[in-house]
Amino acid sequence: MAASVVKMSADRSVSTPMLHAEMTGVTRIYAAKGKTPGVHALGPVDLALRQGEFFSVVGPSGCGKSTLLDVLAGLSSPTEGKVVFEGAPVTGSVPPGIGVVFQENAAFPWLSVKDNIAFGLRREGTDPAEVERRVGYALGFMGLEDFAAAYPSQLSGGMRQRVCIARTLVMQPRLILLDEPFGALDAQTRLLMGDELLKLWRETGATVMLITHALDEAAMLSDRIAVMSARPGRIMEELETGWPKERDSRIASEDHFGQITSRLWKRLREESIKATARGGA
Amino acid sequence: MRQILDSLLLVLALALVWQGLYWLAGDLALASPAQTFARAAELLATPSFWRHASETFLALGYALLIAVTAGMGIGLALGMHRLSGEVAEPVLVSLYSLPKITLYPVILLLFGLGISAKIALGVIHGIIPIIIFSMGAVRAIAPVYFKTARVLRLSRGQLVRTVIVPAAIPELVSGLRVGFSLTLLGVLIGEMFASQRGLGYLVMKSIGTLDVPTMMAVIVMLALVAVLISSLLLYLDHRLHRRAL
Ligand SMILES: Nc1ncnc2c1ncn2[C@@H]1O[C@H](COP(=O)(O)OP(=O)(O)OP(=O)(O)O)[C@@H](O)[C@H]1O
Ligand SMILES: [Mg+2]
Repeated sequence: MAASVVKMSADRSVSTPMLHAEMTGVTRIYAAKGKTPGVHALGPVDLALRQGEFFSVVGPSGCGKSTLLDVLAGLSSPTEGKVVFEGAPVTGSVPPGIGVVFQENAAFPWLSVKDNIAFGLRREGTDPAEVERRVGYALGFMGLEDFAAAYPSQLSGGMRQRVCIARTLVMQPRLILLDEPFGALDAQTRLLMGDELLKLWRETGATVMLITHALDEAAMLSDRIAVMSARPGRIMEELETGWPKERDSRIASEDHFGQITSRLWKRLREESIKATARGGA
Repeated sequence: MRQILDSLLLVLALALVWQGLYWLAGDLALASPAQTFARAAELLATPSFWRHASETFLALGYALLIAVTAGMGIGLALGMHRLSGEVAEPVLVSLYSLPKITLYPVILLLFGLGISAKIALGVIHGIIPIIIFSMGAVRAIAPVYFKTARVLRLSRGQLVRTVIVPAAIPELVSGLRVGFSLTLLGVLIGEMFASQRGLGYLVMKSIGTLDVPTMMAVIVMLALVAVLISSLLLYLDHRLHRRAL
């Protein structure tokens, strides 16, 4: 299964880059409820994810990044515009092949680490031997072997996030959406987690969209980066990093890395000021 | 260890207060701790006492079974369906504060004087808090669990069995704890006013014949059982809530 995914993306990337997912003219307005007024959270946004790329989205807090993810995944319907995944429109439900790691801790406290990771596979009725194999691999990959029997309440925030990544990974999604997965971690640990994310991306051949507020993270990990405006979030700029596929956190010491981060920061500074002035932070 | 010591001290203090009250109130209203325990020991050796006790606990068992399954079922359904939950909540809360004793004549007409009336009275006391807790339990589930379930494409049945119920269990146990005490109360009230059997009846009968030691012995034994079961549920409750953090 994993092999076929890798192969598929390799085949498709021969010609011009294939589109994997696409949003056109997407806006999302949260309806007014009782005394709370409606919120125009997102858009209009046009976004195209290429098959197999590592795409990052940076933007000031509260600008609609999580909303963008929800709409792209089919967890929330766009107020206007449309979303397409692998050539089919996304409407009302999450299409198979998409995996999501949420911003909030989503590890189930009543299940051990191992059972959390196996959760999706078991619901799908995957053969137990296969579940065992994939979960064992994911435990190793995420460095969780020693915690297989532990419960989420016994883990640090970063470890819990790894459990959620592993739970997504074992489903072998072709598009992985990650919403600030390392938000709670210190800067050094975050860079190392970034390395693991790159490894995961290369090994699975999946398309990755990472939402982050850390510019260095985006600059180091991505093929392309979108910069969002303050709410209502629109995409102000998309830039291509030009990194080779084989890369890791060591590129953080290169000049080009500095150039990318400073360019991102130039675009983002004003928007962050706007967001903060509005009490978005 | 500390806890056991604390509980022992509490029991001792209660016994002292009891003895003090006995000196103040005298034989007609109260029995002393010693008299009570002597009478309890006698009762435990008589078959007729056990017939009354088993009647009460049988009624309690049925009432709990109905209150818990129906209460949790209704509560979970209302919790999952936001609109009906919002409509039902104020109704349930006012029903809850209604003195259930006012429904008593109706229950008697419907169920007669047998065990079913006690069960019914137990159920109407216990079921509403269980519904309210179960509904709250579902509403308190983190939205990200529902999102996770949608990404993993769970069916509705899988969602209920593998996410909603386990996520709600700590709160369901809290509901069970409150529901248990109230169901027991309902059953005993039923026995006191329209029954020829059960511990509630035994209490009423001993009041009628001014048999204070028997009355006190039954009340104390009931209280002990109730406290024991409640503390077990409370312990479970704390454990489950701690794990959920
Ligand atoms: N379910 C909702 N109902 C109403 N308003 C919402 C809802 N979800 C988000 N919002 C609002 O929409 C705006 C965008 O929220 P969103 O969570 O998408 O931003 P974000 O960029 O992910 O923020 P953060 O940086 O804090 O993660 C915010 O103003 C938020 O308050
Ligand atoms: Mg967010």
